[in-house]
Amino acid sequence: MSNPLKIQVRHLNFFYGEIQALKDINLEIRANHVTALIGPSGCGKTTFLRCLNRLNDIVEGARMEGEILLDGTNICGDNIDPVQVRRNVGMVFQKSNPFPKTIFDNVAYGLRINGNYSRRKIEEMVEKSLRDAALWDEVADRLQDSAMELSGGQQQRLCIARALAVKPEVLLMDEPASALDPIATQKIEELIRELKTKYTIVIVTHNMQQAARVSDYTAFFYLGELIEVDRTEKIFTHPGLKRTEDYITGRFG
Amino acid sequence: MKKKISEQLGFLVLTFSGIFVILILGVILFDVISKGIGVISWEFLTHPPREGMTKGGIFPALLGTFLVSVITVLFAVPLGMFAAIYLHEYARAGKLTRLIRLSIRNLSGVPSIVYGLFGVVIFVQTLNFGTSILSAGLTLGLLTLPWTVTACEEALKTVPKSYREGALALGATKWHSIRTNVLPYAIPGMLTGVILGLARAAGETAPILFTGAAFFLPHLPKSIFDQFMALPYHLYILATQHHAIDQVRPIAYGTALVLLALVFTLSLTAILVRYQYRKKMKG
Amino acid sequence: MIFFYKLRIIQLEIDAEIGEAVLEKKRDFTLAGVRSQRIKEFLIERFFFVNGLLATLILLGIFSLLFAKGYPALRELGWKSFLFSAHWNPTSYEIPRYGILSLINSTLMVTLGALAFAVPLGVACAAFISEAAPPRIREILKPAVEVLAAIPSVVIGFLGIVLVNPVISTVFGISHGLNALNGSILLAVMALPTIISLSEDALKAVPKTYKEASYALGANRWQTIVRVSIPSALSGIIASIMLGMGRAIGETMTVLMATGNARALTFNFLDPIQTMTATIAIELGEVPYNTTHYYALFIIGFVLFLMTFLVNLVSDIILQKYQEVDR
Repeated sequence: MSNPLKIQVRHLNFFYGEIQALKDINLEIRANHVTALIGPSGCGKTTFLRCLNRLNDIVEGARMEGEILLDGTNICGDNIDPVQVRRNVGMVFQKSNPFPKTIFDNVAYGLRINGNYSRRKIEEMVEKSLRDAALWDEVADRLQDSAMELSGGQQQRLCIARALAVKPEVLLMDEPASALDPIATQKIEELIRELKTKYTIVIVTHNMQQAARVSDYTAFFYLGELIEVDRTEKIFTHPGLKRTEDYITGRFG
Repeated sequence: MKKKISEQLGFLVLTFSGIFVILILGVILFDVISKGIGVISWEFLTHPPREGMTKGGIFPALLGTFLVSVITVLFAVPLGMFAAIYLHEYARAGKLTRLIRLSIRNLSGVPSIVYGLFGVVIFVQTLNFGTSILSAGLTLGLLTLPWTVTACEEALKTVPKSYREGALALGATKWHSIRTNVLPYAIPGMLTGVILGLARAAGETAPILFTGAAFFLPHLPKSIFDQFMALPYHLYILATQHHAIDQVRPIAYGTALVLLALVFTLSLTAILVRYQYRKKMKG
Repeated sequence: MIFFYKLRIIQLEIDAEIGEAVLEKKRDFTLAGVRSQRIKEFLIERFFFVNGLLATLILLGIFSLLFAKGYPALRELGWKSFLFSAHWNPTSYEIPRYGILSLINSTLMVTLGALAFAVPLGVACAAFISEAAPPRIREILKPAVEVLAAIPSVVIGFLGIVLVNPVISTVFGISHGLNALNGSILLAVMALPTIISLSEDALKAVPKTYKEASYALGANRWQTIVRVSIPSALSGIIASIMLGMGRAIGETMTVLMATGNARALTFNFLDPIQTMTATIAIELGEVPYNTTHYYALFIIGFVLFLMTFLVNLVSDIILQKYQEVDR
């Protein structure tokens, strides 16, 4: 954790076929901080997030230009294996997507891919991940139940545990609380604040208050461009640009 | 007022067509069941025909249809499944993919007798399997291939994209995510499609006419290189080729009933599998 | 006991080591670091690709094989003797004749006859299901159509002999009812499920707003069906008819059993006829392999293949077009 700049994005352009979804994005993401990406729907914030773990590679007709440096290593080149990138950059999706397996198998899924861990080691790491995701107390006695039986908030924390189990360095979150009730949302937000001591977190959110509550830095996207990025309290109190101010005060979007 | 009358008349016509279609099915089922049920017995199902097929049962035909179906499934299911995996998981939009899809749609429209011609040349003559269970099974396998591909692809479509993305985001390779997080959930759906395809294949006659089905065999087949008797072909023989057609009519009805029952049982099984699977996916 | 305890400690250490090793290795993002895995993934993709190509290869295989097997007969007899002659008599003691005109004519007769029954009935039934039927009747009708589709053709053919045959002979006062009319009726039954279910899909795909706009203009439900729903769904309905037609052209067993199998050229639906499919079915079992007669049967197969291919292609193009408009 010596490098305070975990991720450096330089001149990132992104295309879906002919349509340019991201235009010349330059952004630095600090280690062990939470960076929130805000902006109206379709502004490219989710696309940007999915560039960081190369998940857009599976989208047909997608094309990426520019550099994304993870600890100084470019992860965008043709000689880079996206699978390896994803083992270091975890992701939690907007709609919680537990696999229709047991709770245990969900968390163990990534471990079983990533190495030849012994059974006991897996059990140990599953427990640790569930504790880190603040879910252990709720599921400890029913690890063999189907993950589909959990509540929405629990399912999302399970997905966080699943991502943590493979020990990523960066955790990407795509509106992780958008489908949850206020109490479940609050739990997730607490969790995010705890997790940033160990991980670098990038979170996409629609909810301005949420960005203000959980993030240290906020980046405002609009129509595929990065308009402004700064410390969160600055963005929300003295935004540098009028467009940012209009958005966060709810005048559009 | 004229408008009103024309509307009522129009709806009457529509209702009548609906009822007429049900009636067609009703007549078919009623006729076959009412005239066929009388000859159905344990002996009919488990004994070979006797006295020039005027007496006895249809066991060899049942067995033959079963054996051919096994070959059909063994041949068509893996190939169809793999092709579907390619089309749904790997193929990128483009001319080649369009061509493949076009081929599949057109294959499913190729007349069954043409498959018979193809089977004769390829399996019976070129590969020298002779007229046999193997040749007939492979021919029917080709016939069912397009349905199998389509059914397997439909099953893959029902697996949410989020399962694939979730696995990839954890660092799984593409094949790993398909193998562990897509296929297990698509298998029941594939099974449904495969059974439905099998139900259709079991009733097909034209493709097996020259690839292995026999008029009458005194012995049961000993290997897959032997000829066989088949249920649909047996019905064809009894209905048109027999020297005492009127005398064997009850047996023909019985055979038709067994064939219908077989096809419907298979279809029903498929529907039940689908139902169970949907229930599980929801729960 | 202590032994096991020690073992456990060793195990834990090994686990820790493996864990560390994996985590360290993760830092290398380049492809070189995971070469064997990449090769495996590549080979797997190739494997599925080859399987994906299979359908195209089989289709090409059928096409070229039919042509290759039919070609010797074409070369020997010339294509004119096939296409411009109505006499199919390959086993004649004097001059064998290979004119397929009457066979094509027979196939077209039963196909058009079948469509004459199946199109009005099928489209009306589809309209009934999608626009007018009370839910309870719909729930009977839809599975009924599926069951109808599942009935093997040989059973339909059998019923043509035992059910339709006597009815036709009584109604028209002829000696037997195994003729083009019988074949048409049976093929109509077989084409019905295709026409009904695909037309119903097409009708269901008509946007609700179209119908609502029609109602808003004062049209009643009947006028809306006839002037809005059916015209909007027309391409889908036509495609369904083409598919049903393709099925009818290629159907073998029903026509083989129920049309009387007489090779004369006729336009009378009460005459017995012999279709292309029935000719192959009857004669392929009896001819010696690799004779002119044998090759000639492949010519029939080739023409049959082309006919169904064209019909299916046209329906495919129509369907494709209408899906694009839909989007």
